[in-house]
Amino acid sequence: MTVQQNNFSVDTHGYYGDFGGAFIPEMLYPNVKQLQEQYLQIMSDPSFQESFQQLLKDYVGRPTPLFFAERLSQKHGASIYLKREDLCHTGAHKINNTIGQILLAERLGKKRIIAETGAGQHGVATATVCALKGVECIVYMGEKDIERQAPNVARMKMLGAKVVPAVSGSKTLKDATNEAIRDWINNPVDTHYIIGSVVGPHPYPDMVAKFQSVISEEIKKQLIEKTGSPYPTHVIACVGGGSNAAGAFYHFLDDLSVKLVAVEAAGCGIASGMSAATTQLGKPGILHGSKSLLMQTNDGQVIEPHSISAGLDYPGIGPLHAHLFKSGRGTFMSATDEQALQSAFEISRTEGIIPALETAHAFSVLNDIHFEKTDVVVICLSGRGDKDLDTYMKYL
Amino acid sequence: MNRIDSLFKQKKQSVLNVYCTAGYPQLNSMVEVLSSLQENGADIIEIGMPYSDPLADGPVIQQSNMVALENGMSIPVLFEQLKNIRSTIHLPIILMGYMNPILQFGLKNFCEAAAAVGVDGVILPDLPMYEFENDYQPLFDEHGLKFIFLVTPETGEERIRKIDSLCSGFLYAVSSSSTTGNNKAIADQSTYFKRLKEMQLNNPILVGFGIKDKETFQSACQYTNGAIIGSAYIKSLEGSTNIQLSTKEFLNNVLT
Repeated sequence: MTVQQNNFSVDTHGYYGDFGGAFIPEMLYPNVKQLQEQYLQIMSDPSFQESFQQLLKDYVGRPTPLFFAERLSQKHGASIYLKREDLCHTGAHKINNTIGQILLAERLGKKRIIAETGAGQHGVATATVCALKGVECIVYMGEKDIERQAPNVARMKMLGAKVVPAVSGSKTLKDATNEAIRDWINNPVDTHYIIGSVVGPHPYPDMVAKFQSVISEEIKKQLIEKTGSPYPTHVIACVGGGSNAAGAFYHFLDDLSVKLVAVEAAGCGIASGMSAATTQLGKPGILHGSKSLLMQTNDGQVIEPHSISAGLDYPGIGPLHAHLFKSGRGTFMSATDEQALQSAFEISRTEGIIPALETAHAFSVLNDIHFEKTDVVVICLSGRGDKDLDTYMKYL
Repeated sequence: MNRIDSLFKQKKQSVLNVYCTAGYPQLNSMVEVLSSLQENGADIIEIGMPYSDPLADGPVIQQSNMVALENGMSIPVLFEQLKNIRSTIHLPIILMGYMNPILQFGLKNFCEAAAAVGVDGVILPDLPMYEFENDYQPLFDEHGLKFIFLVTPETGEERIRKIDSLCSGFLYAVSSSSTTGNNKAIADQSTYFKRLKEMQLNNPILVGFGIKDKETFQSACQYTNGAIIGSAYIKSLEGSTNIQLSTKEFLNNVLT
């Protein structure tokens, strides 16, 4: 498939090709419109950038290292680098976005922050920045996820956030997102909604991708130091909604020599009926305010996906990724629960890094790609595995 | 003439629109619900098409959507149930729902089927004005379907006028920025309703969200053409063994 250059940016109405937009009820219009009109202006303001960069450096701990994984490179016959987002404060890339959005919320004069969370990583990252700024924080979390992710619930509470169980629908991430949006409808004036992924109505997908783009910005600089060129041959990242992938791909989108590999969660297998591989199983649809690919029944009811990793357990995918999939710019692969578990143990034992279950999916596809010796591969190591120890312990 | 237009030609005050969820409380209860509403004083019937993720709705309507889906309701089943509805129901009928199930059914198919069974208008809260204007408006027009837009207390005057110019049937004035079934006080919103009235818009205005009894209904009707009741009616059907009787009691409490 031929790919046109320079068409991976969002247009003025929030579309990436056929996907995106802002399918929101009128009650949300003033808030979303305010963001649409102001996010670019605020983000490009030098004093905003100064505060943002300062916090990324001194609070998050950026730049995160780009680590040459020697044993993994030997095994796969290519140079493999790991972008260590797991070393960010709170243990994952999620905080890049919450730092950006809390500063934005401050400039919009918002006094109350709401967020959704699945595994709890985005909830913790939001609770963290709210504690830092002394702002009220309410995190919606599916009742089922609250049971599954007790340590992260405790972290959020310790940080002073109120964790509200989402008891509607399937009681997981999708429903937590619905509840957060309903909260925003009911609190139209003083509240900012910090969405955790590149999903939601325009401008969220673009705004979150821009806050996360620091990942690929650093990869480029670090690769020059290590290889003499800013361009890898492959960038590999896991995709649920797709925020770490969007950040890792961002500055390579228009460089067609860089192969962008997105790895979805196949769950028990694509055809098993227990999967979260949206590009394989989804059709165009509308969820949480944007048009994208969506796992749904023939009647257009949203299907509850399955993945061993709560962070990839989402029935949709960000509109940028749907566009990368449809245009052929992105290569979409998948890994099963079992493959992800195997990779998590392999990386732990060959590199001394325990990855999050989400991240482990990205490593699994190394076995399925044929590499040349000269290939330079960057894997976004999006989060650390502490939160998944309960799961890992069952397989020790 | 479209039944909504005829209605507002004859009746300019205290128009009562009642919402029910298709497939609730039972899969096949709709015909009985509709005829009970017609017999007991409703002026317009709004039928909710259940969806797994009804963003603009509060807990009561969410729950009714879940029950209806579990009962087996879907857009094809709904149109099948509405096939002969015009032999008994003469009130205007509006379909309310969310975009995704309609996109899967096919928007053109949807408009054709709706027109064929005698539906008069559509409310799709997650279809924004920009998309409607650019892609969808002609389809609704061609099939004689009114497209009803929402405005809220936060909607600015310029935008209200723009919405009014694209809207047809009536304008749905959300009583306060909230999801359906809220308990925010309607009476506090009289300046907002008055402001809408003074704008002398093209469309009649019905107030919705938080209307639940005689007091809130009358309060909403003071400056507008009428009001919409949803959650409170759905609640009255919960666990009801006699839809006729429950509906009669409910509407008597609102209207007399």
